[in-house]
This record gives sequence, structure tokens and C-alpha cells, in this order.
Amino acid sequence: MNNIYYLWLIPFFPLVGFIINGLFGKKLPKPVIHWVANVAVWSSFTVAVIAFFDLLKVVPGQRILVDPVYRWIFTGGLAIDIKFLLDPLSAVMILVVTGVGALIHVYSIGYMHDDPSYYRYFAYLNLFIFSMSILVLASNIVLMFVGWEGVGLCSYLLIGFWFEDEEKAYAGRKAFITNRIGDFGFILGILLMLVIFKTLDFVEINKILIYHGETLSVTALTLIAIFLFIGATGKSAQIPLYVWLPDAMAGPTPVSALIHAATMVTAGVYMIGRLNLLYAHAPVAMAIVAAVAGATAFFAATMAITQNDIKKVLAYSTVSQLGYMFMAMGVGAFAAGIFHLMTHAFFKALLFLGSGSVIHAMSGIQDMRQMGGLKKYMPVTYWTFLTATLAISGIPPFAGFFSKDEIIWSSFASSRGGVVLWAIGVITAIITAFYMFRLVYMTFHGENRSPEEVKHHIHESPAVMTIPMVILAILSVIGGWVGVSPVIGKLFGVENSNIFEEFLHPVFAHAHIHFHHYSEATEWWFMAISVGGALLGILIAFYLYIKRTDLPRKIALKVWPLYKLLFNKYYVDEIYYYLFIHPIYLISLLFLWRFTDVYVIDGVGVNGSAKSVRFTSRILKYWQNGDAQVYIFSFVLGVVLVLGYLLLA
Amino acid sequence: MPYNGILIMAVILFIIGITGVMVRRNIFIMLMSIELILNAANLVFIAFARAFADPAGQVIALLSITLAAAEVGVGLGIFVAIRRTHNTVNVDEINLLKH
Repeated sequence: MNNIYYLWLIPFFPLVGFIINGLFGKKLPKPVIHWVANVAVWSSFTVAVIAFFDLLKVVPGQRILVDPVYRWIFTGGLAIDIKFLLDPLSAVMILVVTGVGALIHVYSIGYMHDDPSYYRYFAYLNLFIFSMSILVLASNIVLMFVGWEGVGLCSYLLIGFWFEDEEKAYAGRKAFITNRIGDFGFILGILLMLVIFKTLDFVEINKILIYHGETLSVTALTLIAIFLFIGATGKSAQIPLYVWLPDAMAGPTPVSALIHAATMVTAGVYMIGRLNLLYAHAPVAMAIVAAVAGATAFFAATMAITQNDIKKVLAYSTVSQLGYMFMAMGVGAFAAGIFHLMTHAFFKALLFLGSGSVIHAMSGIQDMRQMGGLKKYMPVTYWTFLTATLAISGIPPFAGFFSKDEIIWSSFASSRGGVVLWAIGVITAIITAFYMFRLVYMTFHGENRSPEEVKHHIHESPAVMTIPMVILAILSVIGGWVGVSPVIGKLFGVENSNIFEEFLHPVFAHAHIHFHHYSEATEWWFMAISVGGALLGILIAFYLYIKRTDLPRKIALKVWPLYKLLFNKYYVDEIYYYLFIHPIYLISLLFLWRFTDVYVIDGVGVNGSAKSVRFTSRILKYWQNGDAQVYIFSFVLGVVLVLGYLLLA
Repeated sequence: MPYNGILIMAVILFIIGITGVMVRRNIFIMLMSIELILNAANLVFIAFARAFADPAGQVIALLSITLAAAEVGVGLGIFVAIRRTHNTVNVDEINLLKH
């Protein structure tokens, strides 16, 4: 284990940016604000790239570099360090976080240029990059939790960025509280980990699991894995805690791109990747992960079909894609999950930036029913958006194809997967292609349906917004070529075509998940099915939204109960409201407030202690009356009592 | 024990003194009562000095007489001043700090 003494710079730069903009931003001119923020995050990215190349210099088997900064907590047998860890997994993740983060910082200059709280926005964005890099680089789970909470805070602050709007402030609170529920599980997981392993350091835990894995109680490991996964369902928007993510779209669109698509929401996937050995030792927990993930992927995709808000479609799509990633984690295809995390970061960030560009052009309108025909007004946005859509739909050779296909294939081939998961994967892929092309057709094709006053200033976004989009579009095309499956690689005569998996292999090597072997022909067939499914989805979308635009309404009327169910998102928000929120509200109102707060805390606690002091002093004051003779009488009385006691006893 | 009489005398003096301090309101009488208490203590010192043939008791008694003289000097000075400014020697009426 070698040292790398400059890793702390990655979180350090954005922290400095946050402090400058947060403390003095109000008085700084706008160019200074965005230069500070951008220089900070681009510096982090540069350091991350340098660190990545330093990591490549090390022999593959020993690629664990640490940067011990500070011993944070040292008590009894417990030592928690502020220590950063760079291995292939965190290297990939930190490059994605700082790279995509930097591009979105640039884009934000254009998107937020009219906002009165410009400095606050960039301060929060820097704080987010700081927290996220802490999360990613942490070498123990407590430090990871610090970052985990930090990104949750930034998410809350940025969702409720326009807090004057009550609905947006509410969305921020919803995200924060939903995440708190998950975090409760996460904390339990950490505590149980401490009990079982006596250490919280990832490297140490892995050592214990490799050498003494069999001696540990499987029940305990399963519990830890499930508790941590509960945390992940909150942060990464899985069933049952996904409800906050669609509402999180209340925040500025670049925030949705950065936090709620590319980076923060993937933290749960990253956490499972980090603790892959623990999950490998808890097959039940992995099965739960896979089942929840499959359900999430499918249900979120169905909910995306009926949405009319351009960002809501993308939000449900994100939930669904996160389901894919967790599905990969659940069947033990860790590298495939991380691979999809990376490609998804590219194309989903791009989709959000594209939708932001559209919203920007449409003067804030997000309803797709008022869009249409934007292709000719904003060509750059259209072509980059189309690239990302093809990528998410899984059309070769775009990035999403390689990662998604690997997940779908692994969910079939893994000994912990099965044909059911595979079927869910394929059906979800069809739905994904359908709703994404529905979005593209409704937004960019056909007739323009926007109001007149909006229509005449539809324009292409400035270069500061389009250039990040073009870069992400390029990445959405070529980003998948680092992880080409060997079957396809062979076709082009390339050996070891899956560089990505090979790079990550040392991290996941000890998990020992068994994959069944199938003939190449089988693999080709499965690939053909998923690509064919995606093409089918596109075709249906084309037929319904270009050829026969009258049909969607008719179909909706025909299956009205189903349509209504989907349109209202399975009434999950309402169910939660009546099952949890309303009862808690009532209990708070009637019991916790009217009784506990008013009588117990205020009555007994605060006023009670004051009253008791007043009461006793009211009695004692007759004694302390300033009359020396009374004092003397007290002395004499005391002496007589003490003497009497001594003599009689 | 041959000194019982002296000790009983001291106890009587002490009780008279302390009762005087407690019940009288005239500050001069109270000061005189305090002198009685001191002298009761002196008497006990002397008695035990003789009983144990130890001169230390007499030394302490002498010291306490000296202290009592100083105390009376200061006390009487204050009381005369109070008598002059407040025109009273009743402790119940000397209660400026209370108001």
C-alpha cells in the first residue's frame, strides 16, 4: 500500500471555492464568482487526472494508494482517520464526479446568468463537489458517511434553491427527510459493522473478509448489508424511498444533471461496489438488492411513460437506470454496474443539460405538450440530445448499449441472477427506448405547439452551454468503447476489449461470484433481443408520436384505469401520505405538540424548573432576612441539635 | 473533679451571654453579652490550663482578652457613630441595607 500525498487537494479546492463564494460572494461581481467556482472544480479534475495516471503506474494487483491526512477519532480500540483512498473504483468515480461536475459548472454560467442568488448557487455547487469527493475518496465508512450527509445537505439546499416558492421548498424538505430515513439504516449498518469487524476501514474490512470471512456470522453480515442498502435506497432513489427524486426536479436543471442524475444518486451503487466483498458474503442481501432493483427499474420506467413534464420523464428514467445499476450489483456484476454508472453519468447529465437548454429557450416552460418542432430552432441541443437518447436506449455503438447490455447479460448469466431478472431488464429496456423517444418526438419533432409570446424567442443556447453538451455527447458515444464485451471485441479482432472491467478487476476479484458459461451464439442472441427490444420501443414511439398522433389519446382512453394509475404514479405519494405522513402529522399535532411539547417539555421541563426554584426560594427567603439575631439563633439551634445527637447516640 | 464548679460557672456565663445576644435589641447590651461569651471561653481555658498543668491555656486566654479589647474598641466606636447618625441603639431600626 503506497502513499499519494496530494489526494487531499481534490476535496480541498472546491472547499476553498465554497468558502470564498459563500462568505464574500454577495459583494463579488458575477464573473469573479463563476471563475472562482470553475477554477476550483477544474483544479480538482486536474488533480484527479494526475492521480489516475499515478495509479496506472502501479502494478495492477497493488493499485491501492492512500493519503493519510489526520487521525480524527482515537478512543479505546477505535481509530478513525481522515484518510483518502485511491483504487481503480474510486479513481473511476472521482474522474466522473469531478469531470462531469466541471462541465456542469461551465454550463451553469450560461443557465444561471440572470439569477439574483448567483453566488449562493456556485457556493453550493462547490460544496457539493467537496462532499462528493469526500464520499468517493473516503477510506473508511465513517468518513464516507460524512460525505454522504454532505451531499444530502447540498441536495436539499439546491432543490430548495428557489425557496421563495413554497412548493420548491417543500420538495427540498421531502428529499432531506426521505434521505434521513435511509440514513438511519446506514447508521445502524455502520454500528453493526463496528461490532462485527472492530474496524471501519475498508481495506481492513476486506482483509478480514478475505482471510476470516467464513468464521463470521452470515446473519450479521446480511444484516449489515441490508441496513446499508436501506441507506442506499434513500440516497439512490430505490423502492421504497425513491419518491423524493421526481420532486427534486424543482431545483435548477444543472443541479438535476449533476446531483440527481450523474453523481450523488449513484452513491449507493458506489457504496455497494466499495463493500462488494461484504455483499458477496451475504447472498440473501444481494438477492434483496437485485429484487428491489428489478422492481424499481420496471416500475419507474412505466411511470415515465405518462409524464408530460420533460424533467419528470428524465427523473423517472434516472430512477429506472439506477435500478439497472443496483441490479448489476445484486447479481454480482459489480464492474458492469460501475460501468453503467459511468456511461449513465455521461448521457443522463447530457439529457438534463439538453432539457435545461430547452427550458431555457422556452422561457421556463417544462410541459412537453407545449413544445414540439424545436429541432429547427436549436440544432445543437437536438443532435446532442438525440445522441444521449440513443445511448440510454441501448443502441450500438453508443455508450449505453455496452453497459446496459452487459448488465442484462449478467443478470441472466450470473449464478445469483436468473431468467426473471433478465426478462425485467429487457422489458424495461423496451419501455426506456419508448419513453425516451416519446420525449424526443414530443419536444423536437412535429408542429410547434408553444404560445405565441414564447415562440418568437426560442433560440439556441449560448456556447457556454452548448460546448459542455457537445463534450458530453462525444463521451456518450465513445464512453462505452472501453468496456466492449469480448464477443464483440473478437469481431473486430481486439483482444481484451473490456479494458474497463480489467481495470476494476482487482477491486472485485475476491468476491468470487460464479457466472455460468454460455456459447458465444447464446450471447449474440441475447444481445440481439435487447437491441431488438430497444428498436421496437423506438418504433412504437415513432408510430404513436409521429405517424398517428391521434392514437396516444385513444389508447389512453381505452385503458383509462391503467393510464390513470400510471399518470398518478401508482398513487405511491398518496399512499405514503395516508400511511405515514398524515398519521405522523396527527400524532405530532395532538400528542407531541399539544401534550408532550406544551405540558412535558414546556410545562414540566422549562417552566417547571423555574417554578420549583421560585417556590423553594420563596420559603428560604424568610430565613435569610438580614437579622443577625435570627442567624445566631440558627447556630445555637444547630449546635444544640448536633450535641444532643452526639450525646444521645 | 475539682474544676467542675469553674466549668459550670463558664457554662452559665455562656448561656447568659448567648441569650443576651439573641433576645436583646440594644446593641450595647448585645456587645456586653458577647464579652460574657468570650469570658466564658477564657474561664474554660484557664481551668484546663490548671487541670493539665499546661501554660498554653493561659497564653490563649491572654490572647483572647487582648483580641476582645480590640474588638470592643472598634465595636464601641461604630456603635457610638451609629448612635450619633441614626439616633438609635436598637438593632431592629438599624436596617438601612434591607431597604
